[in-house]
Amino acid sequence: MNAPAYNFAYLDEQTKRMIRRAILKAIAIPGYQVPFASREMPMPYGWGTGGVQVTAAILGPHDVLKVIDQGSDDTTNAVSIRKFFAKTAGVRTTTSTEEATVIQTRHRIPERPLKAGQVIVFQVPIPEPLRFLEPRETETRRLHALADYGLMQVKLYEDIARHGHIATTFAYPVRVDDRYVMDPSPTPKFDNPKMDNCPALQLFGAGREKRIYAIPPHTRVVSLDFEDHPFEPYRHDGTCALCGATDGYLDEVITDDRGGRMFVCSDTDYCETRRSAGSVVKAGATSEGGCA
Amino acid sequence: MYVAVKGGERAIENAHRLLAHERRGARDTPELTTEQISEQLALAVDRVMTEGSLYDRELAALAIKQARGDLIEAIFLLRAFRATLPRFGATLPLDTGAMQVRRRISATFKDLPGGQVLGPTFDYTHRLLEGAAGDPEPPATGDPAPVAMPRVTDLLQAEGLIEPAPADDPQAPVGDLTREPLAFPAERDVRLQNLARGDEGFLLALGYSTQRGYGRNHPFAGEIRLGEVEVEVFAEEAGFALPLGRLTVTECQMITQFKGSASAPPCFTRGYGLSFGHSERKAMSMALVDRALRARELDDEVKAPAQDEEFVLSHSDNVQATGFVEHLKLPHYVDFQAELGLVRRMRATAEVETAREGDTAAQEAAE
Amino acid sequence: MTAALAPGFCDPVLSAQSVFRSVMDALARPATLCDLPQMLSPPPPLTPASAAVALTLFDQDTPVFLDDPFAPTDVAYWLRFHAGAPIVTEPQQAAFAILADPANMPPFDAFPLGTPEYPDRSATLILQVASLEHGYELAFCGPGIEDRRILHATPLPADFPQRLAHNRALFPRGVDLLLVTDARVAALPRSTKLIDEV
Repeated sequence: MNAPAYNFAYLDEQTKRMIRRAILKAIAIPGYQVPFASREMPMPYGWGTGGVQVTAAILGPHDVLKVIDQGSDDTTNAVSIRKFFAKTAGVRTTTSTEEATVIQTRHRIPERPLKAGQVIVFQVPIPEPLRFLEPRETETRRLHALADYGLMQVKLYEDIARHGHIATTFAYPVRVDDRYVMDPSPTPKFDNPKMDNCPALQLFGAGREKRIYAIPPHTRVVSLDFEDHPFEPYRHDGTCALCGATDGYLDEVITDDRGGRMFVCSDTDYCETRRSAGSVVKAGATSEGGCA
Repeated sequence: MYVAVKGGERAIENAHRLLAHERRGARDTPELTTEQISEQLALAVDRVMTEGSLYDRELAALAIKQARGDLIEAIFLLRAFRATLPRFGATLPLDTGAMQVRRRISATFKDLPGGQVLGPTFDYTHRLLEGAAGDPEPPATGDPAPVAMPRVTDLLQAEGLIEPAPADDPQAPVGDLTREPLAFPAERDVRLQNLARGDEGFLLALGYSTQRGYGRNHPFAGEIRLGEVEVEVFAEEAGFALPLGRLTVTECQMITQFKGSASAPPCFTRGYGLSFGHSERKAMSMALVDRALRARELDDEVKAPAQDEEFVLSHSDNVQATGFVEHLKLPHYVDFQAELGLVRRMRATAEVETAREGDTAAQEAAE
Repeated sequence: MTAALAPGFCDPVLSAQSVFRSVMDALARPATLCDLPQMLSPPPPLTPASAAVALTLFDQDTPVFLDDPFAPTDVAYWLRFHAGAPIVTEPQQAAFAILADPANMPPFDAFPLGTPEYPDRSATLILQVASLEHGYELAFCGPGIEDRRILHATPLPADFPQRLAHNRALFPRGVDLLLVTDARVAALPRSTKLIDEV
């Protein structure tokens, strides 16, 4: 059997049209999850098939693509997806947030503010923010139709009653343009404020769950909270051991089995850009950090 | 000095090289051919074709070889290939009544027109491991004259004792899960497609659960038949049906009692299962779950997992399930770090409170 | 039918991609003029720009409604041939509509508006306008718009502002509008709010 010939960006044109129509409806109804006939992709469900389908439907030969996972361009799944598009679409790829026109991401939003004209594509495992409160699709669909988000408020309030504060640290629900409650994908809540009034177009693809949703540029995105318990982004209270950044999201790295640890930027492009601009922590210096 | 991990691309390439090496196994063992897999591991091929939704023995055998015998991985390979194929149209419904039957059994009648035909079956084999014994004896040959084998359900229907089969409406659009997202409530065509693609083990467990009281519907195996059926497509230009070829399929029709209602006298109801090749366990499990999922339509009380349409249809697909379960292998450290921070903060708060309570208690005791 | 059917995209894959990006950009930034590549010579009164949008988004899964000026022309045939799109006569069955006479277009609610559970099951209306520089001056805010944005367009129905306000009040149900001239597109998705004082 000869190797089959695949179309530009892998997907056939009929599939791209179907996904493109879903993307347009998603943009017109910010935060609403548009069902789409997700295809079986040559990579497993749960590994970014939704994001890959959205990226494949929008990507053109003039685009410059960046793919990150956990904020890093060099994690294995990011490498694998970037290679997939380099191969099937022949597009230029980059690790630079600044240079990219399309950024596909899993679990992070880059530290460098996104700009007008850029598109960020999120890989989403469970698009339904109410799913863990109500497993039934028919029921959650009804709740969205009625904009009845009491369940979510009760859940967050119970957190406060039990723990003294809201115990959700990632996939922290947001309300889009004062209407739909939306799952921002499993990004840490540190990234939530970046979604609000963002100049870039934000697209979300959930392949296994067959949903696409969107936030147009300059849209109000509010993290759910209570007046007496306002939303607070969280980061390890530390300094990047490589570039000295004190404002980015940090990964804790365990350095030995005697409790030694250090913090480094989760966004590798941000860290490298800072270091090449001269911000280098001297060798041997480690960040003590600690937790707030 | 810590250096961020690099070289993901080379690591992936090397891992794939290693995989290819291990797949080949010891080089002094002859390499498997897809013909060997297709001929001698035929039931694995059948399962991969059924759950892969693509009837192609050669590709299924290739997928099994490439997947090192991991059938879910092979199903995934076949599905991903299938997704790129153009669609030319839909065939006419298969006429399993006209099947060239190789095996046919009914548990509901001692004998029936066409008779009970055991055919190639594990049933009544004693599960004793046998050493290599060379070529087996050639099979016994019987009367080659084709015998009409009406379906058991057709015989019952003639008497009005079973609900009629759904009317065959060639104009009715047939749902297709691979072209439209699943929406609830789902109609029976889409449910059956979902079950046909569904994981054999998942359906087996669900079907089993209905027999143990979780949605009890007391089934009888009305008929299980295996054989070859013609596939035809209606050619608009020619104005008649053209044969495309033949498929081997296994069909199971379960018969279940239905009490009847104010408007309908009591009669039996149906559960339907169909799979490519010889896959009786799959076809039977599918038939049990199909009947359980008809609860809404037949006014059964929905209280068991097998009757819960959203639960069953959303979790039956092993390619989806394995992807999501296995995606936990991907790095999640960004989220884990966020949780880690929260747990540390909560523990710190708790320690402070415990210490304060301890102080208070000590003070009270002193007073 | 004309003897020679005007051709479709000469590079269907890359043309559709670039037209789609323009339309996506237009919907993401409502009331902004976005260029559409002029690459088609469809039978009139279908304009090159709306033809490009049609070949990018239409296929056998999208019933299309055409208004009266298209009736005596080859446009339906051209769309069926190049996009495979079924042409419907009832606006209520349409996923897309192309309106060559937007001033006399049917009311928005003649088209599918979606349901509260599935607001995406609604129509997208393509209005072929003469100009996006003159005519009505309308000010908008909402998702995709930083502060506010002014759009001009003509011809449009006299009660266009009221229709837009009513469409917005239905949110999340409603229709989405693409206003196209020969070479440009501006979008008014249902999420866009008309600002009264201009």
